[in-house]
Amino acid sequence: MAELERVGEVIEASTTSFTAQCYELYEIPPLGSLVKTGNSSAELYGIVYNAATTSLEPGRRPIARGKDEKTEEAIYRSSPQLAKLLRSEFGAIVVGYKEGDRLYHHLPPQPARIHSFVYQCIRAEVMEFGQSFDFLNILLNANLPVPAEELVSASLRQMSQAHQDPRAFLVAAGKELAILLSGNLNQLKAILGRIKT
Amino acid sequence: MTQNQRLGIVVSGSLGKGVEVKLDSSASIEDMAVGRFVTIEGQKRRFFGMISEVSLGMTDQKLSLTPPDVADPFIAEVLAGTSTFGTLHVTPTLVIGGDADSLLEGPQPVKTVPSHFSVVNLASERDVELVFGTEDAKRFFIGNPLDMETKLCLDLEEFVKRSNGIFGKSGTGKTFLTRILLIGMLQKSQAVNLVFDMHNEYGWEGTSEKGPKVKGLKQLFSSKVAVFTLDEENSRHRQVSTDFVVKIGYDEIEPADISLLRQTLNLTEQAAEAVYRLRQRFGKNWLQSTLEMDAEAGKELDIHESTFQNLRRGLSTIQRLPFIEPKPPTNAVKAVLEHLDRGTNVVLEFGRYRDITAYILVANMLSRRIYAQYQERMEKAMAEDTTKPTPLVITIEEAHKFLNPEAASQTIFSTIAREMRKYNVTLLVIDQRPSGIDSEVMSQMGTKITCLLDNERDIDSVLAGVSGRNELKSVLAKLAAKRQALVFGHAVPMPVAFQPREYGSAESYREFTASGKAETEDLEKLWE
Repeated sequence: MAELERVGEVIEASTTSFTAQCYELYEIPPLGSLVKTGNSSAELYGIVYNAATTSLEPGRRPIARGKDEKTEEAIYRSSPQLAKLLRSEFGAIVVGYKEGDRLYHHLPPQPARIHSFVYQCIRAEVMEFGQSFDFLNILLNANLPVPAEELVSASLRQMSQAHQDPRAFLVAAGKELAILLSGNLNQLKAILGRIKT
Repeated sequence: MTQNQRLGIVVSGSLGKGVEVKLDSSASIEDMAVGRFVTIEGQKRRFFGMISEVSLGMTDQKLSLTPPDVADPFIAEVLAGTSTFGTLHVTPTLVIGGDADSLLEGPQPVKTVPSHFSVVNLASERDVELVFGTEDAKRFFIGNPLDMETKLCLDLEEFVKRSNGIFGKSGTGKTFLTRILLIGMLQKSQAVNLVFDMHNEYGWEGTSEKGPKVKGLKQLFSSKVAVFTLDEENSRHRQVSTDFVVKIGYDEIEPADISLLRQTLNLTEQAAEAVYRLRQRFGKNWLQSTLEMDAEAGKELDIHESTFQNLRRGLSTIQRLPFIEPKPPTNAVKAVLEHLDRGTNVVLEFGRYRDITAYILVANMLSRRIYAQYQERMEKAMAEDTTKPTPLVITIEEAHKFLNPEAASQTIFSTIAREMRKYNVTLLVIDQRPSGIDSEVMSQMGTKITCLLDNERDIDSVLAGVSGRNELKSVLAKLAAKRQALVFGHAVPMPVAFQPREYGSAESYREFTASGKAETEDLEKLWE
C-alpha cells in the first residue's frame, strides 16, 4: 500500500465537518478531494470544501512587502518568518466513515478529535468510496459557504481521476444527480456543465 | 436475441387499462415496437403481455421548455433514462407461470396486475413458445409474431369449431392467408373444406402481385382436393384438371334464392313475393313453368302484369346463366357431399361467372342443401349415438353480400354462422368490408384474422366486443399494407400481430407438403 500523505491536523471539529491546519503553508489538498482522519477504530471521510490562508494572529493582517522585490518568491526569501506567521487551513465536510472494514456513507456517531492527523486518501480508497453516490445528497444539502454545484462538480472531477474509466463514473454520477435534482433542473444543468468531459 | 433482455420496471397501471412501464436507460425506446411481447416478473406470477403504446416522459416539464444541450453526448447520456425516459404501455393478457393453474394447464387469462416495480423483460422465444405452442399434430404454423423468429401456431382443432373471419383491405394478403389456413385445416384438423372460389384462386393456381403464379391446393395436395367448376370451358383454357362440372337444374332453385337476389336482379318486393305463390302453384318445376307462362296466366294467380314482367326479366337473367339447365345429368349437391364424406376438400371454381348473382345463387343454394343434409345426419347421429358427420368448413368470399343486415335473415350463411356449430358446419368468411356484415354474425365468430384496415367503421366492427380494443386498434392501424396481420379470438390465447409464413416459393411448397408427410409417416410408424 502506498504511503499515506499526511496533510494536516484537525483544529476544529463538529459532527458535520472539521477544519484542519496544513503543516506547510499553501500545501492544501485540492477542492473536492477526499481526505480522512481519525484512528484505527473509526476513520472519518471528508471532502475538502473550503480553504484559506490567513495570518496566525487574527488581529494582525499581513502587509504588502513586494515593492522592492523582483519576484514573488523573493518576498518569502527575504522574509523567512512569513512562513511561520501565516497559516493555511481547510475545511472538510464529513461524508462518511469506516468502522473496521465497513464503509458507511452517512454521518459518524462521533466527530473528529482535535489534533487528529488528516491524510489525503489514496486512489484505492477513493475508488472504494466512490462506489456509492450517497455522499452526493450530503453535499447537495449541506449549508456551506461554497455553492453546492461547485463542490459537487469538484469532488466528482477529483474522484473520476481515480477511476479507470472517468467518463463512465461521471455518467453514473450524473444519472444519480438527475434523480436527486429532478425538481431543480437549473442546478442539475450547472453541475453537468461543470463535470462534462 | 439475448435471453431475458431487461426493459424496465412497472410503475403504474390497472387491470382494465394495462400497466405503465418505465424504460431503463439501457433500453432504447427506438428499439421498442407496438405489438412486441414482454414478460413481467411479478412477485408470485409471471405475466405475459404485449406492448400497445410507446411514449416519452420527463420528470420536469421545464425540460421541454428549455431543452438541455443534447448535442453533448455526456449530457445526453446522463439525462437518458433519468430526467427523460421512455414509457411503454403494456397490456398483460396471460399468466404463464407461478401459480399452479398456469403450470398445469398452460397460460391462464390475467385477473390481476403485477406489483409495483416488477421487472419487465422482452419475452424470450421460449416464453412465446409457451404461449403459442409449437407445431404439432393439432397446431399449425401460420407465421411469425412481428419482429420475432418464433413460430406462431394456431390450434386448428379449436379454430374449426367456430366460424371464423379473415378481413383486410383489398391487396393486403387475405387470399394468401386463406390459402395458408386452408392448407393448415387440410393437414391438421379433422374438418373438410368447401371453398366457393369466386376468383379461381385456391383450386389449381392463383395469381400473385409479384408476378409468377402460385400453386393452388390441388397442385400441392392432389389426393385430398377436388376441383369443381361451373365453367368447364374456362377451366380447360386455364389447363386445370377438374373433377366435376357443376350444373344446376331449374328445380333446384328455391324462392328463397330469388329473394336473396332481389337487389342484384332488380326485382320489386311484389315480384319477390310472387315467387312464393308460383312455387306453391307449380311445385318444384316452378321456374320452368313461370318462364313458359304468359301474363294472362299471371293474372289468374293474382299477380299484377308489371310485377310479372319484372319477375320474368329477373328470372331470365338466371336462366341465361350457362350452368343453369332444365334437366342436368348430374347432381351437384350429391357429388359435393360424396367428396366431403370421403374427406376430400372441394374447391368450386366460378370460372368466368364472377358476377355476384351467380356467386350468391350457387353458394347459397349449395350450402343450403348441404346444411340440410348435415342437420339431418347430425340429428340422426345424436339420436342413434353413431358417428357424427365430418366437420365442414365453408369458405365464402365477399361475405358482406351474404351477411349484410338485410340479406342475413334470408341466407343460409347467417344461420350457419349463428348456430351450425352444433351441426359441425362452420364458416370461414373472407371480406374486405367487415362493417357490412351483420353485427350479430360478427359477434359469433370465434377467431378473427385481420390484415390492414383503415376505415374507421370496419375497424370498429372487427374489434367489437374484444377486450383491450383500444390497444388493438393502435396495433391494427400500424400494420404494414402487406403480409402482416392481427389474429385474435378463440384459437389463440391472446391477440397477436404476425407476419404470415411464406407462400409461393418452391421452398415454401416443400415445407407445406413436408409437414403433412411427416405426420403421416408418424402414423405409419405407429403401425410398425
